[in-house]
Amino acid sequence: MLDLIGYGAFFLVTALSYGLICLGLNVQWGQTGLFNVGVAGFVAIGAYTSALLTTPETAGRFGGFNLPIAVGWLAAMLSAGLAAAFIGAVTLRLRADYLAITTFGIAIVIQLIAVNVQGLTGGPFGIGFIPRPFASLAGDALAFNLANLAVVAIVTAIVFLALDRLTRSPWGRVLRAIREDEAAAASLGKNANFYRLQAFVLGSAIMGLAGAIQGHFIGFIAPENYVSALTFQVWAMLIIGGAGNNRGALLGAVLVWALWSASGPLIGAIFPPEQQARAAALQIVAIGVVMVAILLLRPRGLLGEATTVSRHVDLAAEGGEAES
Amino acid sequence: MSLQFLADGILVGAMIGLGAIGVTLTYSILGFANFVHGEFITWGTYAALTLTSGIGLLVGQDMAPLGPFSIGWPVLVAGLIAMVLTGLLALLLDLIVFRRLRRHGNAIIMVMASFGASMALRSLVEFTFTSEPAYFSRELQIAMPIGLGIRLTADQMLMLGLTLVLVVAMQLLISRTQLGRAMRAVSENPALAQVAGVDVAGVVRLTWMIGGALACAAGIMAGITVQIRPFMGFDLLLPLFSAAILGGIGSVPGAVIGGLIVGLGESLAVQLIGANYRAAAAFLLLIAVLLIKPTGLFGRRA
Repeated sequence: MLDLIGYGAFFLVTALSYGLICLGLNVQWGQTGLFNVGVAGFVAIGAYTSALLTTPETAGRFGGFNLPIAVGWLAAMLSAGLAAAFIGAVTLRLRADYLAITTFGIAIVIQLIAVNVQGLTGGPFGIGFIPRPFASLAGDALAFNLANLAVVAIVTAIVFLALDRLTRSPWGRVLRAIREDEAAAASLGKNANFYRLQAFVLGSAIMGLAGAIQGHFIGFIAPENYVSALTFQVWAMLIIGGAGNNRGALLGAVLVWALWSASGPLIGAIFPPEQQARAAALQIVAIGVVMVAILLLRPRGLLGEATTVSRHVDLAAEGGEAES
Repeated sequence: MSLQFLADGILVGAMIGLGAIGVTLTYSILGFANFVHGEFITWGTYAALTLTSGIGLLVGQDMAPLGPFSIGWPVLVAGLIAMVLTGLLALLLDLIVFRRLRRHGNAIIMVMASFGASMALRSLVEFTFTSEPAYFSRELQIAMPIGLGIRLTADQMLMLGLTLVLVVAMQLLISRTQLGRAMRAVSENPALAQVAGVDVAGVVRLTWMIGGALACAAGIMAGITVQIRPFMGFDLLLPLFSAAILGGIGSVPGAVIGGLIVGLGESLAVQLIGANYRAAAAFLLLIAVLLIKPTGLFGRRA
């Protein structure tokens, strides 16, 4: 029983860290309509930044400043945000899908750096000995997982509440206005590109934070954690949960992660051991099919976007009018 | 510094250019950045590989290479069939996914669906053929000196020749034929083209067929001169997009010249900083174009 609770806590820590990435993506895609194909890259920037700052000194690698974990997390947000500001400044004024191509590119370049710049990132072997919160409890798996779950849950709750508030604020409404009709928003004096940049940077900073949290929970990061499959998982989570809806982002993360975790042992049971690495590719096929099916059949996801997000408008008067 | 990097760059660049023609056409005519294009490359190459071994089984062991090349006639026949099959795969995807999304008129949803579909297709190849590299031929090729200290294999020269033929044929199709005129009309303004009596649905189908077939051709070239892997198309995506944007969306000569520039940039990067950073060259070129001239070399204003 205690094992089960321990596993549940372990599962939820991972699922919620994905939920955080989803919340970040939801600011970009759900609220603002920005298509970021480099999610894994921004998560990696956060994870590596925090790892470099908080690990003990290591021979042959830059970094190892032994700083407190909280400093690492803040720096993770900052560095991922800065990378986003650079990419955004170059592409957001151009055609919408140039952002997709450029973010796709930066994720590849970050992967290259992670694999090849050994003196900074530890190369293919990654970075180990990342300090874990409540490391003193590590002997007791249950207490360790529960304590970590508490931290991740609190961070997720703070980000969730802050974003929910932002969505309902004038700032959030401007984002939606720009997404729906840029010309109309511009005619009201809103600088569309600047608002888009803000949303892009904020979302990427949250992804960086999530990357740092994941790294500190596992205590080890390596380049292969940040390949395009991660980007893809997060997208599937948001699309399935419901883009534009922060609750949907969290629901999608927990749901898809549960399916992902359950399908691993299932593949193990069906395929002989020598085929399992190969069969793992089927998990991605399944998620890809589900994602495309949702886009075709239920584009709003499980929990769709709320039609009205202003406190000042009477919800009842708006009725159930659906938003496209 | 040996001039060999020029030859390598042109070879890779020709292949990128060939793939980028499909990207630039789907982009300008269908109006979205198609991430499945990399999978057309991969699927086309694996289709050609499967067909080649199929032909080999049918005709017995007579698979001797042709003349100085490493490949025999079965690869050429299989390549042609695979090009058609890849075009049909593109049509099938359009039928199942993109045509229905096009009705909603949101390009970004199409980009997203193409991203999801590409992930699924790539993993399916990985499952079927495993991630072990495969080859069309195990024949060894000796590179011959062609002057200026540059050496090329017979295969590489054949690839360059075939690329040139395909590119010229495409350019003639787009600029000189009625079909090409219809394609340009749809890319300018689909609604107006429809009113003027252009068969828009037909142009869309043709675009998918051409894009798929050329992607397959580029993939087979990569397969013959390098190797065949499930990630070969994915790894080419960034260079393809860079080449298409560099050349200007919608321009066939632009895509080819963009491809050559990206290919030369990559081989220069290999020469100067090392092979590990090859992919970064395409990204830096992409950022540079977007900063300096976002419409590309031959593009119209968006």
